[in-house]
Amino acid sequence: MLRIPCPHCGARDEAEFAYRGDATVTRPGPDGDIAAFHDYLYARTNPRGWQVEWWQHSAGCRAFLKVLRHTVTHEVRAVANAAETLEVPPA
Amino acid sequence: MSQPHRRQAGGHIDRARRLAFTFDGRRFEGHPGDTLASALLANGVRLVGRSFKYHRPRGIFSAGVEEPNALVELREGARREPNTRATVVELFDGLVAGSQNRRGSLAFDWMAAAGLLAPWLGAGFYYKTFMWPAAWWERVYEPMIRRAAGLGHASGMPDPDRYEAAHAHCDVLVVGAGPAGLAAARAAGATGARVILADQDVLLGGDLLNEPGLEAWRHETLSAIAGMPEVTVMPRTTVFGFYDQGVLGAVERVADHVPEPPPHTPRQRAWTIRAREVVLATGAHERLIAFPGNDRPGVMLAGAARGYARRHGVRAGESAVLFATHDGAYDAAFAMAEAGARIVAIVDPRQDSAAMQRAREAGFDIRTGSEVCGTVGLTALRGVSVRGVGAAGRGDAFAADLLMVSGGWNPAVHLASMSGAPLAWDEALLAFVPGAPVQRERSAGACRGVHGIGAAAADGAAAGHAAAEAAGFVAMPAFPLPDAPAADCRPCELWEVKGRGKAFVDLQDDVTAADIRLAHREGFSHIEHAKRYTTHAMGTDQGKTGGIVGAAVLAEARGEPVSRVGLPRFRPYAAPIAWGAMAGEGVGKHFQPTRRTALHGVHEALGAAWLDAGIWKRPAYYPRPADADAWASVLREARAVRERVGICDVSTLGKIMVEGPDAATFLDRVYANTFSTLPIGRARYGLMLRDDGIVFDDGTTSRIGPESWFVTTTTAQAGPVMQHLEFHLASAWPDLDVSLASVTDQWAAIAIAGPRAREVVAAVVQGLDLSNEAFPFMAVADCTAAGVPARLFRISFSGELAYEIAMPAGYATHVWQAAMEAGATHGIEPYGMEALGLLRIEKGHVAGPELNGQTTAQDLGLGRMLKKKGDFIGRVLAQRPGLTDPSRPRLVGLRSVDPARQIRVGSHLVLPGGDGRSQGWITSVTRSVVEPGWIGLGMLREGEARIGSEVLAANPLMGEEVPVRVVSAHMHDPENIRVRA
Repeated sequence: MLRIPCPHCGARDEAEFAYRGDATVTRPGPDGDIAAFHDYLYARTNPRGWQVEWWQHSAGCRAFLKVLRHTVTHEVRAVANAAETLEVPPA
Repeated sequence: MSQPHRRQAGGHIDRARRLAFTFDGRRFEGHPGDTLASALLANGVRLVGRSFKYHRPRGIFSAGVEEPNALVELREGARREPNTRATVVELFDGLVAGSQNRRGSLAFDWMAAAGLLAPWLGAGFYYKTFMWPAAWWERVYEPMIRRAAGLGHASGMPDPDRYEAAHAHCDVLVVGAGPAGLAAARAAGATGARVILADQDVLLGGDLLNEPGLEAWRHETLSAIAGMPEVTVMPRTTVFGFYDQGVLGAVERVADHVPEPPPHTPRQRAWTIRAREVVLATGAHERLIAFPGNDRPGVMLAGAARGYARRHGVRAGESAVLFATHDGAYDAAFAMAEAGARIVAIVDPRQDSAAMQRAREAGFDIRTGSEVCGTVGLTALRGVSVRGVGAAGRGDAFAADLLMVSGGWNPAVHLASMSGAPLAWDEALLAFVPGAPVQRERSAGACRGVHGIGAAAADGAAAGHAAAEAAGFVAMPAFPLPDAPAADCRPCELWEVKGRGKAFVDLQDDVTAADIRLAHREGFSHIEHAKRYTTHAMGTDQGKTGGIVGAAVLAEARGEPVSRVGLPRFRPYAAPIAWGAMAGEGVGKHFQPTRRTALHGVHEALGAAWLDAGIWKRPAYYPRPADADAWASVLREARAVRERVGICDVSTLGKIMVEGPDAATFLDRVYANTFSTLPIGRARYGLMLRDDGIVFDDGTTSRIGPESWFVTTTTAQAGPVMQHLEFHLASAWPDLDVSLASVTDQWAAIAIAGPRAREVVAAVVQGLDLSNEAFPFMAVADCTAAGVPARLFRISFSGELAYEIAMPAGYATHVWQAAMEAGATHGIEPYGMEALGLLRIEKGHVAGPELNGQTTAQDLGLGRMLKKKGDFIGRVLAQRPGLTDPSRPRLVGLRSVDPARQIRVGSHLVLPGGDGRSQGWITSVTRSVVEPGWIGLGMLREGEARIGSEVLAANPLMGEEVPVRVVSAHMHDPENIRVRA
């Protein structure tokens, strides 16, 4: 079970969070075409290693957070607010 | 009643007290301190079970969780528990235990005839044999196999006991309270760190319990630990799993050692332990050797026989042979001799060793360079055959009733492996030990190959110090460690003795060395494949004694070292755990929360029949004595709405306040239709799409102020819509200044619908002109209702003139009662979910069955709502050719041609006289009150073009084909005259 340090609430159990997938994709703007939205919605790199993911503290402050998690070891190395950027270390 | 094999003194046994118990109906006695296994052995019970596949007689093989054979049923009635290991069951007065997996008596199990068929029952037998005829699988083969195989039987009754979940945090968790664990806990505890020491046994000490000479150290250490306020000792607690980030799972057996739990006490407690640092001191499991007949009752692990003799004061046999490949096992012979048993011979494939010399000095008959190549006896061991290593023939016969076996030790690396640590091969120990930690854990003692009480305790103390320091505590001075000679547990390599007869590598699953070779020959050469093909190491013991032996047999077949073959992956649970403990309190109505609306008591008083809508309790209908059946109630309620007036609790709809300077912009983006043009004091029906272009949710949204909006969602999607809005604000449009607040629970809401709704509402609501001019369809205003603050919406789901009054939840009952009083003269009737559904189907309003995550706005006849200008979620991908294909099924209304013939949800729509291909399906059905008969909504290809024609509602499951007429989905008041009245 993961423990995720919420920047607003402190370290909390995974059970309080809802996973929302890859946080590195950006929703296309009004000019986006079918291909752009297809990539936004469906194309994922699914890395073996570090990944920035959306986690919502749904049973807490409800903030959508960016979480840097290792997909093999499940280590959570960094957590940031939605507007911030997380650097992805080399795998 | 005598216990003929009990020693007069010694061990952790309270001989002053007697505990009566029964096994297979026979009465026996034991003492406090006994396990069921030790008590059975004390009474001379050797045969305790039958094996899984061949129904071979089996006895007690071990003295712990690794037990493969002695699986028994405990207790009777609803508390009957199958597949418990007699070796870890604490004896209590009145215990009722029984053997399992037998037909007839245990001594004569007629299923043992399976043994005669053994040549045809090898690995993969089921896959190869029960292939034909295919139809026999379900009716003949599977029931037959299930009867023949399997272990104990569940009670089939609800568990009368309570289980609970608990959480714990600590700086250092020490798993296992043997010499290493005790020393680790003391070292860590002395620093002031919060320490939890968990052990599956009731007595702490592990191997110390077998060493009377070290009892003083054990006592001193336990009392030192007891004096540390930050150390929590948890006996009877099995740590079963090591998860991410220092989270471990454990089960505490609170009341398994008594006939039934005392009042207010759970049977077991499941712990989630979050530890900064973990010390694993889980010890090791002794290894079997695969030789012909190694499963006969009386063949036992050497350490187990030693433990029964020393800890329980029980002789597991009277004349014993020791078959060992390392010095560490020799103490078993000394222990048995002390206990009064005769040591017939010691069989060792090695030529010489230190322990061998000591044994020789003690007068034991040592057979060096030898191996056990067979056993004799039926339901109990009578003799052992011994030959030179690798020699041919049957060897020399020795009469013995106990054969003590030790092929080395398997470090209990389960938890270390689950934590992510790789396993490393130790060539000296011929065993896998934990490699470099991945998480904040360290192994100490025998679980990492450090054997001997003194060495293990020193290793544990060092690990405890290191863990406490890593958790930020300062190490304290050293404390005395036990003075005990090291045990040399380096075995010579002997995994298997080949000969005639079955040599088991997995006693519980009846897997032989030959089965492993067969798996290899048939291509299942990877350890994980061989495991699944043969069921090796798949029983409740998970191969703790013989898993590595099977791997070694496979390694030989592959011509590779064991270290290359490896072990199957360790996963939780490290030891069997009861489902009840995992379920905890989450059973029955506590499986999930129950949501009640503010009006729950009102519905109860009205005698509502309930419907579960997600986790909400909603009234389905309100039966009355005069109603012949449920349909009579539903039709009466719906008719009241169509003809007079009805009242309904609609509090479960999701309600979200959307506020801020950019709220209108935001709503334009999340809804497919436009909201920014909506005037204050008006509501609009809105449709939300997902980004893939499929309809997500619908509801009415009202503008309360310039920057204040009241969004409603369907009941089912209230949570997902909130999350959807939050996600897009955070991820896609962080520049929008919008706040969201869920107010579902704060507002209760009542719908008042029907031609006389205005009169009823006018009598309840103050401060509003309700004339059609002043308060038209889709008007919204704050008001006072029955003297309390409220908000009135003129919206309609039923298709009638209708209002919804929303008020703070605490006032809901008050307003409802005021409406009921005001409506009495108009014949007002409460209506439930069923009538609500009836009315919306007649009106052609879509709901959950139509918004099923597969339908587009066009499919539902709502395509015109999609705005032409501006971005919104779902706009782009809704234009994909597959979603705009004009041949997609469209929403239609359906009416059974014969009004009395029922139509059903899920029936497929096929063309009469056509090829029978499905042209669509029925999503919702009801019985109409406007034009009596069965009606429904459905999705139908070329739906609009087929209006007026007849199709068949085919339901092969029910064997039905019902002619239905395709009509407009808007079966009632398609011009919306009534809602605007």
